[in-house]
This record gives sequence, C-alpha cells and structure tokens, in this order.
Amino acid sequence: MTSHATEFRDVACTVCGCVCDDLRLRVEGRRVVPLSGVCELAAPWFERIGHTQPAAAAIAGGACSLDEAVTRAAAILAQSRAPLIWGLSRSSSDGQRAAVRLADRLGACIDTSASLCHAPSIMAIQQVGESTSSLGEIKNRADLVIFWGADPAVSHPRHFERYSLEPVGEFLPGGRSDRTVVVVDVEPTATSAAADHFIHVAPDRDFEMIWALRQLLREDDPPAHEFADTNNTGATNLGAPLDVLWDLAQRMKRCHYGVVFFGLGLARRSLGHRNVEALLSLVADLNAHTRFTARRLRIPGDVTGADSVVCWQTGFPFAVNLARGYPRYGPGEYTANELLERHEVDACVLVGSEAVANLSPAAADWLRQIPTIALDYPNVAPTVEADVQFTTAIYGVHAPGTAYRMDEVPIPLRQVVDTEYPTDAEVLGAMQRAMPIDPCGPPNAIQQA
Amino acid sequence: MSHGYLKIAGGTVYDPTNGVDGVVQDVWVRDGRIVAPPTDPDVRPDRTIDAVGMVVMPGGIDMHCHIAGPKVNTARKMRPEEKRKAAVVRRTATTHSGTMGSVPSTFATGYKYAGLGYTTAFDAAVPPLSARHTHEEFADTPCLDKGFYVLMGNNHYVMQCAAAGEQEKLNAFVGWLLGAAKGYACKLVNPGGVEEWKSRQAGNVHDLDTPVDHFNVTPRTIIRSLAHAVDALGLPHPVHVHANNLGLPGNWTTTLETMRALEGRRGHLTHIQFHSYDGDPDAQSFGSQVAPLAEYVNEHNNLTVDVGQVVFGKTTSMTGDGPLGYFLSNVYNTKWFSSDTEMEAGCGIAPIEYRNKSLVHSWQWAIGLEWYLTVNDPWRVAMSTDHPNGGAFLAYPQIIRLLMDRDYRRDLLKTVHRGVRENSLLKDIDREYTLSEIAIITRAGPARILGLTNKGDLGPGADADVTIYTPHEDKQQMFELPRYVIKSGELLVEHGDIRHEHLGRTLHVQPEYDTGVESDIAEWFEQYYSIRWRNYPVGDEYLHDSEVIPTRKFL
Repeated sequence: MTSHATEFRDVACTVCGCVCDDLRLRVEGRRVVPLSGVCELAAPWFERIGHTQPAAAAIAGGACSLDEAVTRAAAILAQSRAPLIWGLSRSSSDGQRAAVRLADRLGACIDTSASLCHAPSIMAIQQVGESTSSLGEIKNRADLVIFWGADPAVSHPRHFERYSLEPVGEFLPGGRSDRTVVVVDVEPTATSAAADHFIHVAPDRDFEMIWALRQLLREDDPPAHEFADTNNTGATNLGAPLDVLWDLAQRMKRCHYGVVFFGLGLARRSLGHRNVEALLSLVADLNAHTRFTARRLRIPGDVTGADSVVCWQTGFPFAVNLARGYPRYGPGEYTANELLERHEVDACVLVGSEAVANLSPAAADWLRQIPTIALDYPNVAPTVEADVQFTTAIYGVHAPGTAYRMDEVPIPLRQVVDTEYPTDAEVLGAMQRAMPIDPCGPPNAIQQA
Repeated sequence: MSHGYLKIAGGTVYDPTNGVDGVVQDVWVRDGRIVAPPTDPDVRPDRTIDAVGMVVMPGGIDMHCHIAGPKVNTARKMRPEEKRKAAVVRRTATTHSGTMGSVPSTFATGYKYAGLGYTTAFDAAVPPLSARHTHEEFADTPCLDKGFYVLMGNNHYVMQCAAAGEQEKLNAFVGWLLGAAKGYACKLVNPGGVEEWKSRQAGNVHDLDTPVDHFNVTPRTIIRSLAHAVDALGLPHPVHVHANNLGLPGNWTTTLETMRALEGRRGHLTHIQFHSYDGDPDAQSFGSQVAPLAEYVNEHNNLTVDVGQVVFGKTTSMTGDGPLGYFLSNVYNTKWFSSDTEMEAGCGIAPIEYRNKSLVHSWQWAIGLEWYLTVNDPWRVAMSTDHPNGGAFLAYPQIIRLLMDRDYRRDLLKTVHRGVRENSLLKDIDREYTLSEIAIITRAGPARILGLTNKGDLGPGADADVTIYTPHEDKQQMFELPRYVIKSGELLVEHGDIRHEHLGRTLHVQPEYDTGVESDIAEWFEQYYSIRWRNYPVGDEYLHDSEVIPTRKFL
C-alpha cells in the first residue's frame, strides 16, 4: 500500500467531535493528501502525517528501543505510590481499555481530558439527566437550532454543513430555510454571523438568563417590566432585555423540534456544572411544550469514547481512583488538575499530552517535577518533556479502531497508512506486562479487616 | 493417558429438554461440549467433579436484560450516587475491578451473572446505529455467551415498507439490518409510538389502529409485517415485542390486540407483567388482567412470554420507549434522560423505586407472580426482571423462592398494599414450582424460545454450560450461590469466585436475504443518516469469539 499512491474514501476524521466520516484521501507512502471533506482544522493535521518521523521511543529526549522505554516506564510506575493516568481523548477503545487495565493493576487514578472540558456537563447530567439525540436526528428534524456559548464555525468547521444548518433533512426539505438559528454568547462570533438571531448574554450571567427563560416559559403574557435589581448587584443585567428573551422563549415553545448546542462558554465558567444543569432543566421543561434536545459540542475526536470506555469498565466516566482495588469516583478529588495541584500524584502517564495545555499553572508546575511517561501521535508535538516518550500509531490512519462521535455514535476507523509505530494499546499493555509480579492485590490497597 | 474428559459425577440432574427430572447420573464433558459417557471402561476423566448430593442443571439463560450499549452505559454514567453505596467488586489476580448498583460495570456484570449460575444473556434493545458500541461492551463482558436484539419497530424504512405492503422488500431489509448489526433477533419497542414521540410533544400511539404521523402505517401493520419477515427469514427467535402502552392502566386490551395482530405467527411478548393492567388512568382503579391474557397465551401456542418481574427496592428504568421514560420521570419526579436515534429508535432512562406501600407497585409485583403461576405450560414463560427495569438480575434467586415456596409467597403478600392483598389471584394460588419447572423457565425454556439448539440442555452435543447447586430448603439460598459453574467445558466459578478469564462468545444471525434491495436501502440511507452507508455495518473485527446461529424454515 505504501509503494504507490492509493485513494481511500469514507474515511473518518478524529480531529474534532464531529468525526466526519466522508473524507477522501490519497496516501503516498507515509504521507496523506486530503482530497475532499477535510476542513481547515483537519487539513494541517493530515498534512503533518509522515512529515516528521519522531522516534517510537525516547528516554530523557534520547531515542531508544521500545523495550528499553517500556522497561524504564514500568520501573517508574513500580516505584510510584500514587500514579495518575490521564488523557485518553486522542486514542480509541483499545487504548482506553489498556489504560484502565493498567490503572487497575497499579491502583492508580485514571482521568480523561474531559475533566478540563465538558466534565461539568457530565456532572450536570448526573444531577438532572438530559434530553438529547443523535446528530442525524437534528439534521432531519430540528427547525430551531440554538448555539449557546459555542462557536462551531471555528471549533467544528463542518458542523453546519453536515448536521445543524444546511442539510436537507427528512422533515426539513428546505434545508437552511426551514431552520431558525439563534446564537447566545457574550459577543458576536463567526457562528452568530451565520445565524438568524444573536442574543447577547452578559459575562457570567448565563445561569440567570437560563433561569429567566425557565420563568418566561411559564408565563402567558410578556413581562411588563425588567427584573428589579433590588440589591444593586447587577445580577439582573442579563445582557439582552427581557422582551428579547420573551421572544426566544416563545420561539422555543413554538418550534417542532428544537436543539441547543452548548459549548465550553457555558460549561467551563465557574460553576459550569450549574450553568449546564440549568440549561438541561430548561430543555426538560420545554418538553412540556414541544420536543427539545440538548447536545454538548465536544472538542477532541474520541473524548466521548474516553468517558464511555472508562464508564463501562469502571462505572464512572472520569475522575476514577482505583487505589483501594475497586473504583471510586470524585470530581475535584480524583481529577488530574486537582490531584496535581495538591501534589497527590508522584508519577503520571499522559495518553495524549495535549491536554496538559489546559492545566492550571500550579498543576503544570507539579507535573514538571514528577516522572512522566507520555504517548503522543507523530503529527502532534508533545507538550511536555517526558522522562519516557512514546510515539504511537494514529487510530484511523495507522491503525484500526473506533471513535465515538460527540453524540456517542460509534464510527469505525480503518488503517490507511502503513507504520512501524505501535499503538498506545500495545505500549500500555507492554508496560503492564513489564510490571513486577502482580501481588494479587493492588499495591496501594488499604488493608481492611 | 488423557482423553480430555471432565466428569460431573453422581449429581441429581435436571435436564427438562431430555426429559430428565431429578435423576442421579453422570455428565461427561469434552472439548466444550456435553458428550456421551465413553464406552471404553478404561477411559478415565482428566478431572472429576464430585456432585453427589448436588443438583445439576444447564447454565442459566437470561433472554431479556439490558447489559450493554448506549442506554446502559448512559445509565451508569448518570447514576454514580447508587454505586458508591453498593458492594464493591475488587480486582483479583484473575478479574478486573468494577462497580455494582442497578447497572453494574461490564466486568462486574459478567462475574455476577456467572456467580448466579447464568452463562448466557441477551441485551434486549439496541439501536443498530449503536450496534458497534454494544459489541465493544460485549468484548469487556466476561463469562457469558451473549447477543442482542435489534430495534426495528420505529425504523423508517420498516414503516415505509409496511405502509406500502412491500413485504418482500421488508424481509430483505430485516435480513440486511440483522447482518449489518450482527444482532440476534428482531425487536419491536412500542411500535410506531417512539416515532410519534419524536414528532410531537408527549407524542405516542394509544391503540393498534391509529396511523403513525408522516408514515400512514398502524402499529398493527408494523407488528404483522415484522412477524411475517422474521418467519420468512427463518430467524431462530420469533419477533420480540414490547407492546404499546407499557405501564399504563387498562393496557391489557392493547396487549391482547397485539397478540391477535400476530395472526397466528410466532411471537414473543416481553416483560408481559408491564402490559397486563386493568383500570383507568385514574390510579385508584389499577388492577390485574392476567387471567384473560394468560388464558389467551394458554390457548395459542404460537405465543411465548417473559415476565419482567418487579422486586421491591431501588433500581433504574431504561427503555427504548422514549415516551415511557418521559412518563415515568414525570410520575416520580426524577432526573430524566432521553435520546432519539435518527431513523431508528428512542431511549428513556430514569431512576425508580418500587415500594410495597404503593398500590401500583404492589400490583406490579403480584401481577408478575400471577403470570408465572397461571401460564400452564412453563416452556412458554421465561424468567426475567427485564433487568434492571423490574429489578436487578440478582433478584432471580428470590423470585425462584417465591415460586417454589407458597408459605414464603403468602408471607410476602401480607406485607404489600391492602388492595392487592385482598384482590390479587395470589391469595388463592397454591401452585409451587418444582425444580424441573425452575430449570425450564430459567434455561431450557429460554433456549427453546431463542432457538438455541445447543443450549439449555445436557444432552450430547450441547454446549457444556453447567451449573451445580447445593440443595437447600431455602431455595433463595440454594440459587444465590452455586457450588460450581462450568462454562464451555471449563470450571469457571467455584462458590462465586471466578477461577479464570473467560470472555464467552457473541451469538448472532447472518440470514440470507435478497441482496437486490441493497441499492434501494443505500440510497435511502445516504440521504437521511449522518454517517456513511459503508461505515454502518459492523465488521468481523468487532466480534471476538462468535457463533452464527443458523436460520430454519418456518414458511
């Protein structure tokens, strides 16, 4: 397959949570030439494949054999009393399985990059549930599309084309003209430029605006006047005036099938889980009037797979501590950033080191002081100077696998380019097998009577 | 010299398929199968399990549960609160750690089923778009042979074919879809009702003869057409029907009409308990209509049922019946999850607690037991709790005791709501199940209903899935902790401890169909789905060890 150019179609892209699966690519040796379906985010990612060939393994920056690196990594983990495995969203089910298995063996904490992205959205679901749908349902039915704190025109470039704005749907024969599109954000965005209506929300007033909408849904008549700011806190300054929100509430009630896509602009603010909980409650309320759904716009290609696999194996989607020999769950307690800030880990396996960019300065500082083992794709520059660095095969390019789209629809990934790089599943499995003899119980287990 | 035999010696064998009812005999096993005893007296087994004084049965088969796939995993994801309080599942040298609660993690699911003596289980509701996900969870669900049913009762292509009377095309579509999903059976969930739920506020169908929005097809036509397709393809398991109006007072007439809609074709009505209610929407008039429905089942041998027994306590309701999930979360004021799957299906999840002080819950509990005790032929009623909907599968030993011990049943009846105590058939029923009848409703019967000719029995050629119990007066104790469980010929469980890693097989069908229809399906598919046609079928790489269950001739 590598000796001459080969064309592939219906290839899935894992750069963002859209996981578009209609790409056409030409493969020339180790290089990939995008032919169609490749957006501006994905094009540079594909073009870097085969551009550089970092060593499959390195210790302290110096190339070494895989065996040496695995031995060194296992030694680090054997000495660790409180290891952390983190990342998993640039991987696939097999890599995620191997990571949980290693964590189980070590009695480690395991957490996904979601803990610094949409974890608050998952916590909100744990509080109130969620009314949601697959993206094709949006394409076929949603005549009202709202983006809240999200800018998919930039973050998910083909979202409009494939799912939300433009496609002709089963019950939306007019395509874009059958849809009303509303953006709620703190300032106009590229997405609002494509929308029918832009609603300004004052910074950190999302919760109050959502709560106002929940109230307005219950009213039969438009409010006579704005909320009174009796305590002079400014909390009633929501951004848009109440009559605009009244119109939005009416529009929400009147549509046939509504959807609100929400992003980190809602989830990653302080008390983001409360913002999302409010939004999901609003959407649940709306189902007393019409059909309405919500969808978080997830960022990395298989972050949904990360929390799905960790969840089916342990019962919890992220922030899992296996130190007692069984899974325990604690957002804020067993999440990577907080563990690192509190110096509660003494070694870290980064399955995809790009999430490190989202750590707080204090967490990043501690990460630099402890031994680290990083596994990265060859077309992505590592973000840390790891003690042991592995370069692993890209799922969907070098290796087969599965990516879970943002709506949990599983998309098959196929190999299109030959490689000598091992998969992260193979590296993590080798590390586990290289550990000293399993004591039949987790090394850090608290002895219980 | 080793001949590779395992001998289960001297146990009291219950093997209803072969007419063996409590006979002391040896069971010989080789290469994962039950075999005839060797004729050469010099042939010795490699290993003998002394089963003298013990009860030997085929491994249990759960023919309707929810153990893998998107809705199961979402239920895990959204209910951490119940796992923290549940018993822990620790890692050992041979097993993974896990969590319990009403929706255990994958590894824990396999270990706990095997610990109960169950060796086969079927997930009952998978949208084919999520089939790949379900296979991935199966690959992490050890100890069990397993398969799943594919949701079809609200599939747009199905409804279009049924509306147009294009039966041949529908047959081909069902064959293609099962092969693409690598599923086991055709499942209907609230046929037509989930599509209504997607198209309007609180939408649902309420009877079998009102056309579905946009599709001009009635639930009755959907049921009849799919039952026909299943027989035309010769699928081993009949059409598996979750009828309309689940859980609603007065729904028994809908259930009776659903049985009639099959027009004599094979059909399995699932969690029939939830479909046997008398009364008006006014909950005060809630009651049981098991008697006329059971009589209809008794008189029509094309029909089988599983019960969907309710047990008191907290659990999670999860269903492909979107409007039902909304209804339940409103009734109980709980958190609510709903997910609509394009072209195919819906999903509802809500926590639920069955309380013996509640009239409705007490009726649900009693109605399940009425079903077990009033269907004359145990071969046509299978044990289920619709795990976790009526309660977790871990409740099976308690249900067995309720069926085998009428004093215990009467004692529990005294603890439920007065209206049920006084009005349920239970107070007058003396019937007690025998061990042989228990073996029928928990293994031999489900195997026959599923068309699994190698399971549920201990005759030569059967899969060597065997459970060995220590007899006990208290049947709950007896069935809670089997002494040994043998899976595929290997000793897998001793007293609840998993002895080695065993993943089990995926059971699926690969029916032959008219492939000429594929281009029509492809054109429809590419227009409305959000993934490519070519990326839809589940490849062989998603099957670990697997077995294709052959089709048969029914038409």
